[in-house]
Amino acid sequence: MNALVFEKKKASITSKLHTGNRSCSAFLTRKDERIYWIVLATLIVLGLLSAYGLLVYNNPVPRSSPSFVPVVRRRINAVITMLLVATCQSLATVTFQSITNNRIITPSLLGFEALYSAIQTATMFFFGLNAFLKFTGIGAFVVQVAAMVLISLILYGLLLSSKYGDLQLMLLIGVIIGTGLRSLSSFMRRLLAPSEFDILQARLFGSVNNADPSYFPFVIPVVIITAIALFMYSRKLNILSLGRDVATSLGVRYTSGIIFGLILVSILMSMSTAMVGSLTFYGFLVASLTYQLVPTYDHRFIFPMATALGFLVLTASYFFMYHIFNAQGVVSIIIEMFGGLIFLIVLLKKGAL
Amino acid sequence: MLLKISKGVLKVQKGSVYSVRRTGSSQPKSYNFNKIWTKSLFFAILIVIVLGIISLFTGVYDIFGQEDGIRMFFITRIPRTVALMLTGAAMSMSGLVMQLITQNRLVEPTTTGTIEWAGLGLIFVYILFPAPTLVQRMTGAIVFSFIGTMIFFLFLRRIRLRSSLIVPIAGMMVGAVISAVSTFIGLLFKMSQNVEAWFVGSFAPVQIGRYEYLWLIVVITFVIFIFADRFTLAGLGEDVSTSLGLNYNQTVILGTALIATAVGIVSAVIGNLPFLGMIVPNIVSMFRGDDLRSNLPWVCVAGMGVLTLCDIISRAIIMPFEVPVSMILGTLGSIVFIVVLLRQRRLR
Repeated sequence: MNALVFEKKKASITSKLHTGNRSCSAFLTRKDERIYWIVLATLIVLGLLSAYGLLVYNNPVPRSSPSFVPVVRRRINAVITMLLVATCQSLATVTFQSITNNRIITPSLLGFEALYSAIQTATMFFFGLNAFLKFTGIGAFVVQVAAMVLISLILYGLLLSSKYGDLQLMLLIGVIIGTGLRSLSSFMRRLLAPSEFDILQARLFGSVNNADPSYFPFVIPVVIITAIALFMYSRKLNILSLGRDVATSLGVRYTSGIIFGLILVSILMSMSTAMVGSLTFYGFLVASLTYQLVPTYDHRFIFPMATALGFLVLTASYFFMYHIFNAQGVVSIIIEMFGGLIFLIVLLKKGAL
Repeated sequence: MLLKISKGVLKVQKGSVYSVRRTGSSQPKSYNFNKIWTKSLFFAILIVIVLGIISLFTGVYDIFGQEDGIRMFFITRIPRTVALMLTGAAMSMSGLVMQLITQNRLVEPTTTGTIEWAGLGLIFVYILFPAPTLVQRMTGAIVFSFIGTMIFFLFLRRIRLRSSLIVPIAGMMVGAVISAVSTFIGLLFKMSQNVEAWFVGSFAPVQIGRYEYLWLIVVITFVIFIFADRFTLAGLGEDVSTSLGLNYNQTVILGTALIATAVGIVSAVIGNLPFLGMIVPNIVSMFRGDDLRSNLPWVCVAGMGVLTLCDIISRAIIMPFEVPVSMILGTLGSIVFIVVLLRQRRLR
């Protein structure tokens, strides 16, 4: 008995992992951890400041006036949309890059935006203007998101679960389907009457400022649930990001693991696309910057930083472009271009694809 | 069994295409120049000629009934058909040469960003010269697509690839970056409409006086024919081709220059034509293997045929109007692309 206790004690001593140069915590040193929390807090504060600035800065009516609140309420919709888009895009891109084990690709490659506009155009094309006008509100939104998730589920399921399941092949087919759908829907748009085309175009043109707040009751819970699911999934994601062989030898079911992750990604991406349209490089920009700021590979710490950074990027750029430089309408294009340039730099610096 | 093999060999001597497949090798057994002009190639040429004649007589304007019908015939129909033939050949050949240089089956002007670079070049020309001539536009497109393609090729040589499938993905992302830059510049100088209009490839505005530069493609075709063997060698990789006595860098630069010229001319005169350069060479080499010199006529003819067919569809589908041919190509091309991809996967 005594010997056993002694053995146990010895074991506990030798298996002590937190020694000076060896640790199983997410951060290498205490200092890293402290820096992480400081940076995260700074980003959140800055993000909230810019959001507050967007809400009240340059308000045409004084604070005492009774119409102050309606103006703020109008603007608050845009800020909520930014928060949702930031969450969706950042989490989806980080997850996608970890699953594909490749930090130069983004989930927007999979053609969600093409699918969205194809669904809208096909509704107008096959069922006419009346059906199209009725095809709004939460019901239609849910149908679209469900269709997008379903199609990506079929794509992933078919391409990944077979014996020669190949992630790159799936990606490429996604890209090609996107291009094909884009051609198909612009072909259908050519055949529409001008009045129908106008209405369709107005619907397809998405931006942070004309997102429909009536979607919020559906979008907010779904995004929160998906984000929590991703967060709970992040320990598994840490292993999956090591690649197929390592993950399998560590006892993780690789294929079902990545399919689950991809489903979450497609839910987030469909939400974001259906709300504001396509953003190709925004998620990439946020993810790349996040990797620079976070001194760990643990997704439990990457996810919050990515979300905070994404929100800050959106709100700050809108704030500066709207109120300082007075350049409205080009914000998303500027974000996209910066993301694209960062993409080129990362691509050129990397030694492998 | 013996009989079967000897049958196959017999047929190879006759030079039939399909017998090559039957013997199980991807290349003709004994190579000679006469093999190029086989019966099936003549048959394919005949089909393309028939398609061309159909294309000549497809249209709303009644060229027989109207008094000036014959003049209209020469002003629009003949130029359009010639343009289709030349463009089809140019795009599919540049796709083929690109695939050899990069040693990647899935590479073509749309999946390397070449077309987007040409578009950026066009925008710069529009900024520098308020009303640019066709030569200026073409030069801009050629220079920029050469620079862009060269950058991408250099980049591909420098890096280590984990999968050949990632190359088109990266290329398309580079293309997206370049077109984001184009959109931004277009917005800055208030000409995003030009950018929009340009990205749609159509043969509708082709008529006498607007398409003649496409004839330069004939020259490019000849040059590719002359250097065909070198490109085939370059397709074996830098080490092998150098040990076989080829100046690899020179060949790559020459190939890129030819591609850039062809793509630049086409994009300045016609516009963006997706997937043509990928589909045609892949289908041809599925049947015939990878010998560039004997495949080139096939690639030319097949490219002409595919593009002419797509253009006839685009004119006939909503008569009396027409849709841009790039939409038909994009839709059909993506389907063929996926079929090629899945077929390759099955073969592995």
